[in-house]
Amino acid sequence: MTVTIINFILLCLLFVAALAINQQRNLFAASMLTGIYSLMCASLFVCLDAVDVAFTEAAVGAGIATILFLGTLALTGFEEKTEVKVSIPGLIIVLITGGLLIYGLQDIPLFGDANTPVQTYLAGKYIDDSATEIAVPNLVTSILASYRGYDTFGETTVIFTAGIGVLMLLGRGGKKKKGLLDEAEEKQS
Amino acid sequence: MEHHFVLRIVARLLIPLIMLFALYVQFHGDYGPGGGFQAGVIFAAGFILYGLIYGVDKLRDVVHPGVVRSLAAFGVLLYAGVGIAGMLSGGEFLNYSVLATDPVAGQHFGILLIEAGVGITVASTMVILFYAFARP
Repeated sequence: MTVTIINFILLCLLFVAALAINQQRNLFAASMLTGIYSLMCASLFVCLDAVDVAFTEAAVGAGIATILFLGTLALTGFEEKTEVKVSIPGLIIVLITGGLLIYGLQDIPLFGDANTPVQTYLAGKYIDDSATEIAVPNLVTSILASYRGYDTFGETTVIFTAGIGVLMLLGRGGKKKKGLLDEAEEKQS
Repeated sequence: MEHHFVLRIVARLLIPLIMLFALYVQFHGDYGPGGGFQAGVIFAAGFILYGLIYGVDKLRDVVHPGVVRSLAAFGVLLYAGVGIAGMLSGGEFLNYSVLATDPVAGQHFGILLIEAGVGITVASTMVILFYAFARP
């Protein structure tokens, strides 16, 4: 019961934070609000017993992503420039999409339902066999690192690829390719 | 940040603890919540905090951008290497059971290595991202 109340309050706060981010024209404040949003998400994950995910969300979402936002803002500017206009076709598309998503929610199994394919297909095998096959006390680690090793390999590659992508777009390629800022600095010194 | 005396002192105290906690999360991932992803991110957060307080140039002196790039690739290669080692030992790709004489010990060894690979790649990539966005 307590957890339900906490979940309810957290979800309400998430909603308020999302509205605040949407209304905010100062991008510095908006970045800070996204950090707060991530931190509340992390709390929600703790309530859902997904501590590993909460860990990542708190460190990446609330920590590093916020810093990257701020780093970008330091390069671009802290105020949103475009004016806010209400677009009627856009509103209709959003309403239709939202309505379809809510309609689709009817097919989603209830939270904690034991008879869903997710719970019945492989989860039981993992829970039964992990203690003898892998013998690692943390079931999450044994699934993530061993049973689902391919997926984790893919995820690691995705992160690596993301790093390469950022390097190619923003990174300094070497001493020959210097950004405008570097050249300006050199002229000053 | 030269004049933020309190911030610098607090960061000096916190950064070693953050790194220690990251190592704990990395190597305690078999027993409690955590693992390579979480540890890598926390480890990178320690470096990024250093960069925020003392300046990106000082952080570049501590960890050279070239080193970070190489480490990001090394983590993925370590992960793939463990998979190929499993193939060479007569199992499938990423089958750790064949890495040691005892299948369970092989699993532990494999998980330790691939988690290390994940941690190294994640931490390095986060620092790469910070370097790319945080220009002086």
